[in-house]
Amino acid sequence: MSKRLKGLLTPVIAVLLGILVGTIIMLASGYDPVAAFSALWNGVFGDIYSFGEAVRQITPYILAGLAVAFAFRVGLFNIGVEGQFIVGWLAAVWVGVAFDLPRAIHLPLAILAAMIAGALWAFIPGLLKARFRVHEVIVTIMMNYVALHVTNYIIRNVLASKSGDKTDMIHESASLRSEWLQSLTDYSRLHWGIVIAIICCFIMWFLLERTTRGFELRAVGFNQHAAHYAGMSVNKNIILSMLISGAFAGLAGSMEGLGTFGYAAVKGGFTGVGFDGIAVALLGGNTALGVFLSAILFGVLKVGALNMPLEAGVPNELVDIIIALIVFFVASSYMIRALLDRLSKKEVK
Amino acid sequence: MDYVIEMLNIRKEFGGFVANDNITLQLKKGEIHALLGENGAGKSTLMNVLFGLYQPEQGEIRVKGQPVNITNPNIANDLGIGMVHQHFMLVDTFTVTENIILGREITSGGRIDIKKAEKEVRDISERYGLAVDPQAKISEITVGMQQRVEILKTLYRGAEILIFDEPTAVLTPQEIKELIQIMKTLIKEGKSIILITHKLKEIMEVADRCTVIRKGKGIGTVNVSETNPNELASLMVGREVVFKTEKKEAHPKQDVLEVNDLVVKDARGVTIVNGLNLSVKAGEIVGIAGIDGNGQSEFIEAITGLRKSESGSVKLNGKELINHTPRKITESGVGHIPQDRHKHGLVLNYPIGENIVLQNYYKKPYSKNGVLNFKEIYKQAKKIISEFDVRTPSEYTLARALSGGNQQKAIIGREVDRNPDLLIAAQPTRGLDVGAIEFIHKRLIEQRDNGKAVLLVSFELDEIMNVSDRIAVIYEGKIVAIVNPKETTEQELGLLMAGSNRKEAGEGTHV
Repeated sequence: MSKRLKGLLTPVIAVLLGILVGTIIMLASGYDPVAAFSALWNGVFGDIYSFGEAVRQITPYILAGLAVAFAFRVGLFNIGVEGQFIVGWLAAVWVGVAFDLPRAIHLPLAILAAMIAGALWAFIPGLLKARFRVHEVIVTIMMNYVALHVTNYIIRNVLASKSGDKTDMIHESASLRSEWLQSLTDYSRLHWGIVIAIICCFIMWFLLERTTRGFELRAVGFNQHAAHYAGMSVNKNIILSMLISGAFAGLAGSMEGLGTFGYAAVKGGFTGVGFDGIAVALLGGNTALGVFLSAILFGVLKVGALNMPLEAGVPNELVDIIIALIVFFVASSYMIRALLDRLSKKEVK
Repeated sequence: MDYVIEMLNIRKEFGGFVANDNITLQLKKGEIHALLGENGAGKSTLMNVLFGLYQPEQGEIRVKGQPVNITNPNIANDLGIGMVHQHFMLVDTFTVTENIILGREITSGGRIDIKKAEKEVRDISERYGLAVDPQAKISEITVGMQQRVEILKTLYRGAEILIFDEPTAVLTPQEIKELIQIMKTLIKEGKSIILITHKLKEIMEVADRCTVIRKGKGIGTVNVSETNPNELASLMVGREVVFKTEKKEAHPKQDVLEVNDLVVKDARGVTIVNGLNLSVKAGEIVGIAGIDGNGQSEFIEAITGLRKSESGSVKLNGKELINHTPRKITESGVGHIPQDRHKHGLVLNYPIGENIVLQNYYKKPYSKNGVLNFKEIYKQAKKIISEFDVRTPSEYTLARALSGGNQQKAIIGREVDRNPDLLIAAQPTRGLDVGAIEFIHKRLIEQRDNGKAVLLVSFELDEIMNVSDRIAVIYEGKIVAIVNPKETTEQELGLLMAGSNRKEAGEGTHV
């Protein structure tokens, strides 16, 4: 079996295994698996509206995945993407609400604000790591809570509209929404963000693989001692990687603020996008292309699953379990690859 | 039956590459059998076949006359084969006993009976004269002791046949002596030993017989008592090897490196370089001789910018460089072949080609406006690979996949090619075979002849005596003597290294 064939076969088998175990669970609990999985499929590919929604959902997943992956390549575990995502979301909406500018200035400004907010939020753990070797996992987790409650406070007390727990709608000039994309997809909430996300995949690839800066960042990720020996500044690269990672996360937040919703609301808890970003990144092997593909898988499952209770009567809890199973099997693709290796060895003998 | 292990006509391929071709090795009971070969000759492959990590394509393995099929290391263990790895497989935060019993714990009622285990470890240790403290933490004992723990591990598991993989590569001369003693004790107690090495001196000293392999092929087995180092070397390399490095008279010129009253602290905050003075001139090789732990590593790290200095002065061509960044120091004209090539010298997960430009990637032509130019990078890599005889499938191969000797040649190529005014070589030939050592010594002397200053640090007295034009002896963080290699002996050096002063040590002339 060729290497390429194995690479293609592995995720397919993983998804099939996930479906298989999901089927067993559904049969055991008295639901119709055929109806459930066709509901999942229809939830994404059944009509153009759902498809548009899936693409919309994929957008923040790509960016959150890139954020985690970028830090990971430099040897840092940025668990704080969720927090950076939330502050990015609020910063984008704030600029979107507070200013009245031509679109060519307003939209980029709002996006930039989100990136800066996310980057600053990630700068603190980056600085603490570089200066005092404080572990970034601890700091970023704590920063998530700070982000959640600080943004809630600002929304309630500074930016709240009359209803009290969310901001006003952003001005049209700061919006990522597109009449054209919406009309194409039967008025889903699809917006221009997906284009930005794809461009960011390219930027991430280029930055890491093709530039001297990326050469340094990856070297620091692989071997800090050798990077230091070679004259690279380890601390500078650690901080920089957190800044860029945070900027990606903030950008992901602006997708929700400027695209999907157009406002920011008080949140009872985390959105989960930042945490899903960890899974997206690891599943995608922390490469730009890998993140893009695994974000598609996550987005499709997430949106398609919404249709399972409606069309097949499967309870939400079971839907979550089935999604988790599919992701589990994809993530344990190492197991499957080992199995394929063994099979192909037998063929030779 | 005479033989405890027979490996007959072993052949092992990796994709079209033949790593072992028709190799036969027969180990007698109670002998020390050396396995000699250059880096990458296939010694490790052969031992991995014996240990069950690889399956041979052809050939037969017999243990005590019985044909066996060793498909994994557990089977090798059960057959009484134990491996003392070159890179130790120990848990740093565990004690000696905990490491030894790991996987074979003595339990009573579900709890580890550490008392009983410690007693057993102590018994074995005493029986073979290993003198290991069962309660010490691995992180707190010396490398030599850690190796003994590895030996204990195999003995604890009932090994009758011990494979030592390059055991002396990481040891100081004193530790090597002790290890040889231990090996002899093991033999007395009825064990058999396969010793993988490329150090001829050790083979002559301890081995009974020696099997030589060259480029994957079995060359033959000789009785050590009937051979000499020269013959072994030419068997291994396939040509005559010159041991005494040929070199012309040195013509030292102006000072390139001047170090004055340098003070450096080690990782624990203890002053380890304590007022060190040294100068290295253009056109000479200065060798630093000393017992490990007398501050030589920290000294090198300080002058290359890897470690902070407390006080003093480090001048290169008259310019103060103390506590400058590694980049500034590199750019001022310092090349550094680091002591630990895996830690400092290479990014193992980068292709060897990208490691070649590890310090130069940001300069033209390797990049322009911050974008890497891979064409130029790999062009340079190809040049270094061919000039320095780095044996690698391609310049795109990960550095990790190269053998130690070839990794070292790549680093040396990289540093020499930058043509630095001062070349610092810290243990440049550690773990390498005679062919590679000869090559590296030639390159160092070539740099000297081109009017560059070379600073050599080595624990191998042979190397220091052979290559240096002046020898600086380091003891407790100070240079205590400077001697002329032509006018000194290993004995005198040894005494100086141990801290006795010059008059007691003998008549070395001050150069």
